[in-house]
Amino acid sequence: MLETAIAIAFGLFVVAQLLNLYRLLRGPSLPDRVLALDTMYVNSIALIVLYGLSSGSKLYFEAAMLIALIGFVSTVAVAKYMTRGDIIE
Amino acid sequence: MIRKLYPFPTLSVFLLLMWLLLSGFSAGHLVLGMVLATVLPLGTLPFWPNVPRLRNFHKLVLFVLMVHWDIIVANLSVARRILGSPKKLRPAFVEVPLDIKDDFAITLLTSTVSLTPGTVSADISADASRMLVHALHVEDEAVLVEQIKQRYERRLKEIFEC
Amino acid sequence: MDIVIEYITAIFLLIGGVFALIGSLGLVRLPDFFLRLHGPTKATTLGVGGTIMASLVYFSWSEHTLHLHEILITLFLFISAPVSAHMLAKAAMHRELKYREDTRGKPWKQ
Repeated sequence: MLETAIAIAFGLFVVAQLLNLYRLLRGPSLPDRVLALDTMYVNSIALIVLYGLSSGSKLYFEAAMLIALIGFVSTVAVAKYMTRGDIIE
Repeated sequence: MIRKLYPFPTLSVFLLLMWLLLSGFSAGHLVLGMVLATVLPLGTLPFWPNVPRLRNFHKLVLFVLMVHWDIIVANLSVARRILGSPKKLRPAFVEVPLDIKDDFAITLLTSTVSLTPGTVSADISADASRMLVHALHVEDEAVLVEQIKQRYERRLKEIFEC
Repeated sequence: MDIVIEYITAIFLLIGGVFALIGSLGLVRLPDFFLRLHGPTKATTLGVGGTIMASLVYFSWSEHTLHLHEILITLFLFISAPVSAHMLAKAAMHRELKYREDTRGKPWKQ
């Protein structure tokens, strides 16, 4: 029962990641690609949590937390770079 | 004295809770968390803008619950719009005049707007008197502005009394 | 009891997956950048939130301790998603990206 649900959820997130990948490759503008990357890191957090669930281990939680922190900082840094041409003024 | 040691009591309590959540509850972590809750606010004191005093704690809790409810409703309506035909969407940039003046309260307001019904905050004017909002689908701009002001801004104003 | 917990976990997982998929679908389907911004900021955040809730329920039950660890990720995502959306919207306005013609109102000059 739970295995099936985890498998379905894996499938849904993988399709979501592929759609994000399409937007990342397709563009057309730079902010579009950054938005796609932003969505990809958020979805990868869910994939890691799912993997932790399926293997019954809590260790992956720390990895998910780190990706959340680093992903946010990088999105903000790139967005700032696009508006100002500089990250730290 | 105690005021000097803990300039932001709410932040200190929050930091302690975060630390305990992150590393699990034990006597050692409680002590370490309390040290961090004292040192971090003191160390970052020079960077803080003017933080308004929290006046109404129970109203803040009610506000957070209401926003969570709105997030769920917002997601259902946004999901329906995404699955429907994009041709039917009526997007708009809407300007919302702001009554609240405090930076922190404005930040909370923009975050709330971004998380709830089909709207994303796009910009704040330099003098913080207007907010630009992009809406996914809006029939009447005036209704949207009124909704943001009545539902969120008025409540935030009561919470921080600014 | 086991079966109830399993059902709750499964429902959270499915809700999370469906919302994440809808968010990404929005990213692909919608016609301009400002519209695309709406999908990921809301639906994807809730999707990941659902998955994390599932993990929280499951581990709290299997280890017989309240496992609030995961809440931190959700909390962080809910704080950070609006900020990155705001920054990206500003960047898009600065670059004067095209928006659909029937959009009412105008973006500000950056």
